[in-house]
Amino acid sequence: MLRRQFIAIAAATFAATAALTGAAHADALADITKSGTLKVAVPQDFPPFGSVGADMAPQGYDIDMAKLIAEKLGVKVELVPVTSANRIPYLQTKKVDLVISSLGKNPDREKVIDFSSAYAPFYNGVFAPADAAIKSAADLSGKTIAVTRGAVEDLELTKVAPADATIKRYEDNNGTISAFLSGQVDAVATGNVVAAAIIAKNPPKKPEMKFLIKNSPCFVGLNKDEPALLEKLNAIIAEAKKDGSLNKIAEKWLKAPLPADL
Amino acid sequence: MAYHFDFSWIPDYSGVILKGLAITVELTVVGGLVGLTLGTFCAWGRALGPNWLKPIVGAYVELIRNTPFMIQLFFIFFGLPSIGVHMNELLAANIAMVINLGAYSAEIIRAGIQATPRGQFEAGASLAMSPIQTFRHVILFPSLQRIWPALSSQVIIVMLGSAVVSQIAAEDLTFASNFIQSRTFRAFEAYLLTTVVYLALAVLLRAAMRGIGVIIFPRRRRA
Repeated sequence: MLRRQFIAIAAATFAATAALTGAAHADALADITKSGTLKVAVPQDFPPFGSVGADMAPQGYDIDMAKLIAEKLGVKVELVPVTSANRIPYLQTKKVDLVISSLGKNPDREKVIDFSSAYAPFYNGVFAPADAAIKSAADLSGKTIAVTRGAVEDLELTKVAPADATIKRYEDNNGTISAFLSGQVDAVATGNVVAAAIIAKNPPKKPEMKFLIKNSPCFVGLNKDEPALLEKLNAIIAEAKKDGSLNKIAEKWLKAPLPADL
Repeated sequence: MAYHFDFSWIPDYSGVILKGLAITVELTVVGGLVGLTLGTFCAWGRALGPNWLKPIVGAYVELIRNTPFMIQLFFIFFGLPSIGVHMNELLAANIAMVINLGAYSAEIIRAGIQATPRGQFEAGASLAMSPIQTFRHVILFPSLQRIWPALSSQVIIVMLGSAVVSQIAAEDLTFASNFIQSRTFRAFEAYLLTTVVYLALAVLLRAAMRGIGVIIFPRRRRA
């Protein structure tokens, strides 16, 4: 409630400021409302966040998120497929209003664009079957863990794993997953997205998150100096978290509930 | 195009390289010895064995020679656990190399056996030797001697082919170079070093095979 009041006040303040300064610079939120379409950069080659479905239409977590935001803004959504390399240039050149493309936050990006609050979990962790008693890196003592060689989880796990844990480094995700599913290893260190992809196939062994290695959630990217749009976005995301609509998207695409700390 | 070589990582990774070298050598020695023994039995079975054995050995040889080594390895390591056969990556790699070399060497050795003049078999029989004794004392060693260079090449091919065991996280020489490459991003240097080590191994292995040939085929030893 307090948050909403704050948002209302912030929005009012902004509106007042905008009114005072006149139309010195365009307001992206006003432009979106006026044009009636929200242009969103989405991935098309990164399931489950964004891929092309059997009906040739884009589908995924990011696409559902874009639709949800457009709906709350009361406008139509226009999906613009992008690659991870060109998603920020698309935003900077105003070809799109928002980037919802499994975008992680880092200082370099923060210099050039703004970020909403987090809307999707994206993390690496150690996964193992439900009955495995692993709660922290120390519990890996005497166990065998599969990782994909050179991936973030390989580098991080190598630092934190106890000396008598055996890290088996496979060439690619397929080898890592096969090693886990065939029982050649006790646990697997990978991303929540990969784990979701495994669970989606209904394997005999379901990987369950045991502990976190690196957390890098996804944020909606927008241009700098758009406080009205940013406030509105954060309000929409906060509401979607509260009313469970975001959790529904997470369950659908990531096969796991939204983490409480997101 | 000036490239600045940087080998400063070698001391940090010497343990990985030496372990990789040891595993590649172990795989080659065990694979070579057991594989050639298996190959000899299969060659006998397919060329001179009882009629019921010939199709069995034939099926094994054709199955292995007509499928990729990597698939055989994956089948053993990733496939067999589904029916309850678990083994670690080293044992899986050893078994894959043995059955692979066994099949290829069986055909090479069979060629040597079948090139034996009929008179040799008859000579054995005329000395009241059983077929097995004839094979063991009259046929086998001259047969091996005939195809020894081809057999040596096959052992080297299997040694070089052992590079794919890094796919199942066996930490052989190829794993070591991939590991170093992904940690230091010095691809040129890492693979250059591995190339040199493999080349040295192959040259040494060929010399060793020639040396073994000189010892076990004394009759034609050249002074």
